[in-house]
Amino acid sequence: MSSHAHPKPAPLEIRFWTPGVLVLFAVMLIGVCFIIARYIGGLAVVTNLDNQHPWGLWIGIDVATGVALAAGGFTTAAIAHVFGRHQYEAVTRPALLTATLGYTFVAIGLAIDVGRSWAMPKPLLFWQGNSVLFEVAMCVVVYLHVLYIEFITIAVERFRGRVNLPGPFSILNDRIERLLALADSILGKTMWVFIIAGVVLSCMHQSGLGSLMLIAPTKLHPLWYTPILPLLFLTSAIAAGYPMVVFETTVATASFKRVDEMEVLAPLTGVTKYLLGIYITLKIGDMIFRETYVYLFDGSIESRSFIVEMLAMIVPWFMLMSPRLRAKRHTLFVACTTVVLGIALNRCNVFLIGFNPPYAVKSYFPSISEIAITASLLCSITFFYRLAVTYLPVLSAPSLASIEKESS
Amino acid sequence: MNISRRHFLGVAGGMISSAAAGNCKKVFAARQPKAPPNPYGCVVDLTACVGCRTCEQACNRVNHLPPPKERLDDRTVLDQKRRPSTGAFTVINSYYSGRLDEQNQLVPTYVKVQCMHCQDPACASACITGALSKKDNGAVHYDKSKCVGCRYCLVACPFQIPAYEYFDPLTPRVRKCTFCYERISMGGKPGCAAACPMEAITFGNRQILLEGTRRKITANPVRYLNKIYGESEVGGTSWMYISKDPFEKLGFLSLPHYPMPHLTETIQHSIFAYMWAPITLFAILTGAMWKINPEQINHAPGFQAQEDHI
Ligand code: SF4
Ligand code: SF4
Ligand code: SF4
Repeated sequence: MSSHAHPKPAPLEIRFWTPGVLVLFAVMLIGVCFIIARYIGGLAVVTNLDNQHPWGLWIGIDVATGVALAAGGFTTAAIAHVFGRHQYEAVTRPALLTATLGYTFVAIGLAIDVGRSWAMPKPLLFWQGNSVLFEVAMCVVVYLHVLYIEFITIAVERFRGRVNLPGPFSILNDRIERLLALADSILGKTMWVFIIAGVVLSCMHQSGLGSLMLIAPTKLHPLWYTPILPLLFLTSAIAAGYPMVVFETTVATASFKRVDEMEVLAPLTGVTKYLLGIYITLKIGDMIFRETYVYLFDGSIESRSFIVEMLAMIVPWFMLMSPRLRAKRHTLFVACTTVVLGIALNRCNVFLIGFNPPYAVKSYFPSISEIAITASLLCSITFFYRLAVTYLPVLSAPSLASIEKESS
Repeated sequence: MNISRRHFLGVAGGMISSAAAGNCKKVFAARQPKAPPNPYGCVVDLTACVGCRTCEQACNRVNHLPPPKERLDDRTVLDQKRRPSTGAFTVINSYYSGRLDEQNQLVPTYVKVQCMHCQDPACASACITGALSKKDNGAVHYDKSKCVGCRYCLVACPFQIPAYEYFDPLTPRVRKCTFCYERISMGGKPGCAAACPMEAITFGNRQILLEGTRRKITANPVRYLNKIYGESEVGGTSWMYISKDPFEKLGFLSLPHYPMPHLTETIQHSIFAYMWAPITLFAILTGAMWKINPEQINHAPGFQAQEDHI
């Protein structure tokens, strides 16, 4: 096969249950037990949250990091669909899948975290335009719908012309077919609106997440409190988009024994070196401008965490500068994973480590059950990713076995 | 298609320039502080408070909370630096500023803590549904029927006041001093102010209170520092304090003198006035797609487009 004609995405048709998937499933179930405990005993029994630390691991990881790392969805859509770089089409679907799952679990994580889960739709009734959180919530709700609409095309493609319900349901076959055909034609004509809306909504709430802590100038450590925090959140999310795609694609192709897609991934991260460069420049420029470097080496937890966070951006940035390192699968994976972890640490720094309530008597550390629920949500994302790529046309990398057959 | 494209770009350009020119002032104007014009207020005279905690008891009574856990004659609780909680909207803590009395004993100062009822409150600006709101009479009021329990108000409050019912699985509330909203709406005094045997808490119209307090400070320069805490902190608060000892030594925070929501609301309203920023971005991206990747708009779904292209 030629290196240009990338095959169409197809369901993987692999055995779904493997020992690894069973482990995932077990972790998910453990999390469910803790979630049940949360709804019986309240947040107090499962979390270490208190009046000083109202936001914990779930906001830092499940929500803030989740949203940042789902940025692969809108950044790949932008490069492939808006800017017409069709060579990257191959990664748009897996990135869309990750984004859809990511945001779904952001919503689930939030529902567990808010005290009155049943009242989640209330912001739709009571608008509060001054609240940053209101803006973020609205964008996330709308964007989640946009993601599902974009995702429907994949399901339609899978089932169109193949609807074959058994027995008494077979009279519905025709109708469902027509429905799918209708959806296909409407979505085909309007998809560009959703793609662009998705990019706009993402820019809005990615930066909005950064504005959240600006309401608390006396609580957030000066290393992170800056009026340009929304811009930093936006640029870092955009910069993290492609590394996250590399991370998940490499993990997926390795675990499903597929071709590694390096001819797509290596050039994709060529863009990242500029995006990451913009972010690092802004971040260091901001530090110099606000003279916060005085805190840099004071040995506090905050200063150390800040240094680690910065190194996790700067080191991979240098790695990505070198075309040689970028072309190698292992070094590319290491660089991209470091960026992903760096972004996660940045979000945790802003929401947890840098958050210093003035009268706090003790500091916050997540409880075992908080960690278990977060782990359960992460495993759920992996589980449903596998489920989706097994039965829906998402991945397009050919399997290693088929390549071997071809060459022999 | 060329014509329609040009037309479209014209519309987009028009939109951008009108947003930029016509509304520029409104869009980029920094946020004006908002505060009710004629609110009530309270002044706590720390030189008068004897730490009897009668106000705690009264507060729990008028708010239908169980009586304070710690017995009133247990003076050790005063040293515990308690914070307001779901079971106590106000607490008294003692501080030693280093001042000595005639017998060379350290003199304690008792500080009453409760919601400050900020004039331009961070909690209300943050609240996702407006469950917290500043009322004209000065009270920052909580409406549990709107609350979703996101706890952003706890994050936002610079005085670290709101407490959350973490033990309630489905209907937890944010709890804090109500400024005895119902009582003061009907012309009464807050429960704590009415109960104080030392008359350390003066309730009244905030403006008149401020003038009276300033006169009092001028008349007693030995008894009072020339400072009213809360007059301008975070843009002013309805609850204010006067003291003999420096406020930093009494657990009071040094806070900015502008309203806390200033930056977030300026950013929010600059970006979202008339939705100009999202609309502009949408227009630019559509223009880019139209120019660079027109197949997408002429309804060629991604993968067909890809095949045609390569
Ligand atoms: S003290 Fe805190 S809770 Fe009270 S009004 Fe001010 S911001 Fe709100
Ligand atoms: S917890 Fe309730 S009162 Fe506080 S910000 Fe959220 S919705 Fe508003
Ligand atoms: S004003 Fe009312 S609620 Fe607030 S501390 Fe006094 S008695 Fe309690």
